[in-house]
Amino acid sequence: MTDVQDRPEAPAADRRRAGELGPRELARWSWRQLTSMRTALVLLLLLALAAVPGSIIPQEGVDALKVSQWKADHPGLTPVYERLGLFSVYDSAWFSAIYLLLMVSLVGCIIPRTFHYVRAIRAEPPVAPRNLSRLPDHTSYATDASVEEVLDRARLVLGRRRYRLRLDQDDAVSAEKGYLREVGNLLFHLSVIVVLVGFAYGSVFGYQGGVIVMVDGPPFSNTAASYDDFDPGSGFGADDLDPFSFTVDDFDITWLTKGSGAGTAREFKAAMTYREGTDGEEKTYDLRVNHPLSIGNTDVFLIGHGYAPRITVRDGQGTVIYDGPTVFLPQDPSFLSFGVVKAAGGLSADGTKTQVGLEGLLYPTFYLADNGTAVRTPATLFPALGNPLISMSVYTGDLGLDDGVPQSVYLLDTTKATQVLKPDGKPLRLDLSEGETAQLPDGLGSVTFDGVQPWVRVQISQSPGKRVALAGVVLALIGLCGSLFLRPRRVWVRARRREGDEGDGEGDTMVEVALLDRSGGADLSDVLDEIVSELQKEPR
Amino acid sequence: MSNTAWEALSNQAVGAAGIVYFLALIVLIAEWATHRQVVVAETARATEGARGGVALAVRTGGDGSGVDVDAGAKERRSEFLGRLGLLLTALAAAVHFVALLGRGMAADPNRVPWGNMYEFTISGTFIVALIYLVLVRKYSLEWMAPLVVAFVVTTMMVGVIWLHAPVAPLTEALNSYWLVIHVVSAVIATGGFTIGGILSIVYLVKQRRGGDAGAPPGSRIPSLAVLDRTAYRVHSFAFPVWTFAVLITGPIWAHEAWSRYWNWDPKEVWAFITWVVYAAYLHARATAGWKGRNAAILACVGLATLWFNFIGINYFSTSSQHSYAGGELHSVVVSSDASPGPADL
Ligand code: HEM
Repeated sequence: MTDVQDRPEAPAADRRRAGELGPRELARWSWRQLTSMRTALVLLLLLALAAVPGSIIPQEGVDALKVSQWKADHPGLTPVYERLGLFSVYDSAWFSAIYLLLMVSLVGCIIPRTFHYVRAIRAEPPVAPRNLSRLPDHTSYATDASVEEVLDRARLVLGRRRYRLRLDQDDAVSAEKGYLREVGNLLFHLSVIVVLVGFAYGSVFGYQGGVIVMVDGPPFSNTAASYDDFDPGSGFGADDLDPFSFTVDDFDITWLTKGSGAGTAREFKAAMTYREGTDGEEKTYDLRVNHPLSIGNTDVFLIGHGYAPRITVRDGQGTVIYDGPTVFLPQDPSFLSFGVVKAAGGLSADGTKTQVGLEGLLYPTFYLADNGTAVRTPATLFPALGNPLISMSVYTGDLGLDDGVPQSVYLLDTTKATQVLKPDGKPLRLDLSEGETAQLPDGLGSVTFDGVQPWVRVQISQSPGKRVALAGVVLALIGLCGSLFLRPRRVWVRARRREGDEGDGEGDTMVEVALLDRSGGADLSDVLDEIVSELQKEPR
Repeated sequence: MSNTAWEALSNQAVGAAGIVYFLALIVLIAEWATHRQVVVAETARATEGARGGVALAVRTGGDGSGVDVDAGAKERRSEFLGRLGLLLTALAAAVHFVALLGRGMAADPNRVPWGNMYEFTISGTFIVALIYLVLVRKYSLEWMAPLVVAFVVTTMMVGVIWLHAPVAPLTEALNSYWLVIHVVSAVIATGGFTIGGILSIVYLVKQRRGGDAGAPPGSRIPSLAVLDRTAYRVHSFAFPVWTFAVLITGPIWAHEAWSRYWNWDPKEVWAFITWVVYAAYLHARATAGWKGRNAAILACVGLATLWFNFIGINYFSTSSQHSYAGGELHSVVVSSDASPGPADL
């Protein structure tokens, strides 16, 4: 395996003076550097180092909103970070450069080694070295058996241990095994490339999208415009979307009500009806966490759920200016949820144009916690809908709804708006239970809390190449085990006749045994002892 | 038995295991000390002998045999303490296992005890002890016992004091057999890497202290070559297991639960970093100029990334929960635990 580094010097390293490399030599020299084991090692370390920033700085591909928050908090650093690609490290030029270099190095390393290996696998074990006692693991003993007997015995013992033998020496036996280690190693390195190809293919030709679907609401049909967020790979075209549509008819949660786990959910089930193509047959499926639905090449996953209070806002004239379920986002495992309502285009009682904004919380099972003080804290007792209550602040004035500037539906821009106050000058808060209506002051209108509708969040994606990547890692693992656990070994046994001391012709046979582990990871003395004791046993 | 009874049993077993490990540690340290004395006695005799046969011959037999008996008794005592130490460690590990079992039985439905960091810590330390006990004879690791037991008992106590959490059911996404396979293999690999890392640390310390030549004669710590080789073998067991955990079962589970088999989230990134560093370690051992010391340093770096991923990252990512983006919604279904559990370890 060290053959890679110890390749012989380039033939006839040219009779030029040193330092006078021609372009061909330079290219050859660079190639040799790039494909050296040391370079691979350094590149691996660089890759590890380069992966670090992406785990500290928010990443576009992981959490786009966190990225925009970060940018807002650090206006000075943002342009620098953007230039360096630090918001999408894993697609950045410098990260790609490292792993592409590694791949080139890998290919450049595998190809010559494959040829080398093919030659090696056909070769016989090498002739026994002249002096076996020079090898670190060796031993010798004397026996009465003849040289032929010893060598025959050695061939038998080593053959039984699955060593490949070399038969053309009359004073020695050479044996070798563990050829498959190298195969394992090559398989591993090749598979690394397969994994990368599969992974890259998936990120170029796949896509990811997420959407919140109202339970018992309108159908979702699979077009790019239907998604809340849509993140296609660069090679993914909108017409690659599988045509299908579905509705979520029912959503069931089993909540634990007892024990230390009370308030956590055990099981989620979204009953859906879907249709492949535009006029496919209607089918039903219970979408559950860990049990995605596959339609064509597309997978649909259930990844979240929450509540959407149905809120109706009427203006001062009594006209409905906002109506319907509004997605509130859960803030914590208690499902205390936050959301906003933006109602524009209304007229107040005196006929002036107004906008009304609501911002606040939904308590699924509202209660007032008694914490021993005069002021009791509003809280939610349980994440299921026991006693839903919304508690909203009210804003009016310019909410920026007419500027045509796109806004997040989850945030209210109150910079130019005014908060509606109670007559005593404190901020007004609407606390509404299901079915209740509150009148707003100053003829602004009224707000009604009609009820709550659940929603589910589904993630929809195509990840082509995932099977290739999976097959790649599995092969890599197999190769890795071969490369780590197979031990390439060479054994040499040499027998020599010694004349007796007193010249009585009695003499004996001197046997030398040496063992070499080419992977350098083993303690050989046990193996050597075993082989020797088998050699010394009387043949049966 | 009721769930609360199982939970109480588990808590008591953790305490008992801690105490037995601690006793084992004391015995092992005592053994270490007697061993030192034996070595000193042996060297004293050796030097005495070297000074010349004359002096020895002149001495009366009674005196000489006195020294022998003394050293022999000490050696026997040392051996006895060593055995006792290992026996106590094994006993503690058995009690430790009962603690894990209790934890699993206390949950409803019963499950593997890897729902949060406390459970991961007590499982991880159990695996470290178990791997050590399995390997101790094979690789002659008796000398390492105090280090391993000290590590196990300390980490376990840290878990009990700072990370303890009552038994809670697994959230839906964690309820997957892929998760079981994933976490079991991650824990096993972590145990292996930890043992390998301790060996590499000992290698580095010994090398700084002057290597084989600088070591006191008869010191129990094996030679640098043996340390290096054993560390390599332990690492080369843990590396494929880690590959299986992080690059096969992890992505399969992530695909089913989150729709993306690889999403570059911090946990995945650090698991990948750990993997790459250990790959570099394996390369380093096969590269001239990187063998030995540098390889051992890489092994320590790998171990640091591994434990950082487990402990550090969990605190990192809880600090940023107030996002309204889709990404955070995952947490509602996928891990209602505020700190991402070993779900994505
Ligand atoms: C994607 C990057 C790479 C990874 C993850 C990787 C991983 C590994 C692993 C895990 C081993 C097993 C070590 C062992 O058998 O002791 C190994 C061995 C080896 N790698 Fe790589 N390798 C990579 C790139 C390369 C490159 C670019 C080269 C070429 C220069 C290379 C050359 C070798 C060689 C020669 C061995 C055999 C060492 C031995 O068996 O002792 N590797 N590699």
